[in-house]
Amino acid sequence: MSAFNRDAVERRVLGALRPLVIVLLLVICLFPFYYMALLSFRPLDAVIQDPGALWPKAGEIDLGTYRDVLASTDDGGQGFLNFIKNSFIVAIGTVVLTLLVAIPGAYAVSRLDFFGRRQISAVFLGVYFFPAILLAIPLFVFFTRIGQRGTLVGLLVVYVAQVAAVSIYMLRNYFDTIPASLEEAAAIDGCTRLQAMRHVSLPLAMPAIASNALFIFMIAWNEFLFALLFLLEKRPNWTVSLGLSQLSGGIEVPTTVLMAGSVILTVPIIALFFLSERWLAGGLTAGAEKG
Amino acid sequence: MTTGGPAGQTATALEAPTPAPQGRRSRPVKGSRARDDRRTGYLLISPTVIIVFAMVVLPILWTVSLAFQHVRLINLRQTGVIGDYSLDNFTNVLTSPGFVDALVTTLVYSVGGTACAIGLGLVAALALRRPFRGRGLVRACMLLPYVAPVVAATFVWTTMLNPQFGVVNHYGASLLGWDDPIAFLSSSDPISPFGIDLHISMSLFTVVLFEGWRSFPFAFLFITARMQAIPESLEEAGTVDGATPSQRFFHIVLPQLLPTIAVLTVLRFIWTFNNFDDIYLLTGGASGTQVVAVRVYDYLINRSDIGAAAAQALVLAAILAVLVTVYLKFFGRSEDVA
Repeated sequence: MSAFNRDAVERRVLGALRPLVIVLLLVICLFPFYYMALLSFRPLDAVIQDPGALWPKAGEIDLGTYRDVLASTDDGGQGFLNFIKNSFIVAIGTVVLTLLVAIPGAYAVSRLDFFGRRQISAVFLGVYFFPAILLAIPLFVFFTRIGQRGTLVGLLVVYVAQVAAVSIYMLRNYFDTIPASLEEAAAIDGCTRLQAMRHVSLPLAMPAIASNALFIFMIAWNEFLFALLFLLEKRPNWTVSLGLSQLSGGIEVPTTVLMAGSVILTVPIIALFFLSERWLAGGLTAGAEKG
Repeated sequence: MTTGGPAGQTATALEAPTPAPQGRRSRPVKGSRARDDRRTGYLLISPTVIIVFAMVVLPILWTVSLAFQHVRLINLRQTGVIGDYSLDNFTNVLTSPGFVDALVTTLVYSVGGTACAIGLGLVAALALRRPFRGRGLVRACMLLPYVAPVVAATFVWTTMLNPQFGVVNHYGASLLGWDDPIAFLSSSDPISPFGIDLHISMSLFTVVLFEGWRSFPFAFLFITARMQAIPESLEEAGTVDGATPSQRFFHIVLPQLLPTIAVLTVLRFIWTFNNFDDIYLLTGGASGTQVVAVRVYDYLINRSDIGAAAAQALVLAAILAVLVTVYLKFFGRSEDVA
């Protein structure tokens, strides 16, 4: 009888707790982003006078912050338009170059039997777990020495090296799920190995490649440490992340203007994320379920 | 992580049905096909190998070399592969004031951050387990802290936690009756809940919670995926046998999740241990939050002492390797027994 009571009590408590927990989780996940957008629309003195306001008062909305943050420094702004351009160049460049080397690489690791194949996968995966700061030291020294520190190209090369390994790991797992018999059929029809890869396996792997591309884009767009180390002295080459972090350290730029910068930094990522959420969530765990 | 299990199978399956040899050549076609595969394999993998070797493997080896030399940014051009090697950097670094503190801080941060992330991830996964209208959207929202750019996330939190006009302190004062605003990110006062001094500063406590907030979605994703694989019949059987929800959780669900949680612990611990961005952006390493990664950056950039920075980074990597090995040894064994 007491077991029955315990069961009923637990059910009632958990039933009441569950919606509460969900609401609480939603608040901690969403509120910071809502607050970010809110501050970017409110004038600074209004924020200081009434820091607790959770929505803008009537007539308070001010889009001037976005103009200030986007305009070039010559026009009295913060030059974020330029930072956005840099971020896009680096992020898209990283995606394209990484896929160019990682797709053939992943295919080779998945399909072709060559000496050292397994060791290569293991070494590549190891890169993922290495302290970035350890890698940062020699790369900083090296690029300083060859005079390429401060260029977007230098940063791009480093990014590709960092994500290629993970990208190969993710794509390989997908290639493994494509039945080899499809390629065999192509081989019997006279395709060479490379033709079979191009015309059979690659089109089938398109969903995985697309989600991988988004994943790489997000990593490159969000990256901070290497951008800081490489580009700090070259303001025209700053990425959005670096620009925001550098300007928020000082007191010259109002917080509300920087919040507009944060929104600009975050919106592309959140938009991409919601567009592709189903693929990405699958991609993130795809490697884990096997091990 | 197993590498190449299913890959090996597909590759052998691929070779088996190759057409029987038909030419006059003594070598069977199968052999030549395997040889072609090998050549194509090397060709396809070589761009990645070259770039990873040049930009990852060589630099790591170079760090080792730098750590044993007196290198500063000014005399960089004179140092080569053959230099004066000594252990000076290591003795200086290991005995310098603050290094042990930084290590302890790193450990507290990693353990605390990992525990928060996995705990919160587990709670979220359990709360969202039963389907309801809009669950997909709620799940997607749970992932936002993880995908958002770290610079934007740290900036909005530092603003929210600001003692002057932060929204947290505003509501802390008006709703919870705080007497003074709390300097969440710049106070080095130790926190002492219930009068127990934990030797953890307020700032360190805050960055640990931030780490939990930012990485719980990762744990949530993994745990949710594993939970979906638990057959419903197990719990139904438990219900029929009179198990309460908590009994079902502890005796049926949790044991199934433990291997996933073990893997998550390793992953999150490694990444938190190596983390630089979050603490650098939140506090800059001030008020009791200087972890080793931030200290390495400080030596590299502010003191331009490359040798000392390299030595500390190597110590960091070595300690991490030891900790992970020990953990895997213990956990691997206990799982075998269980």
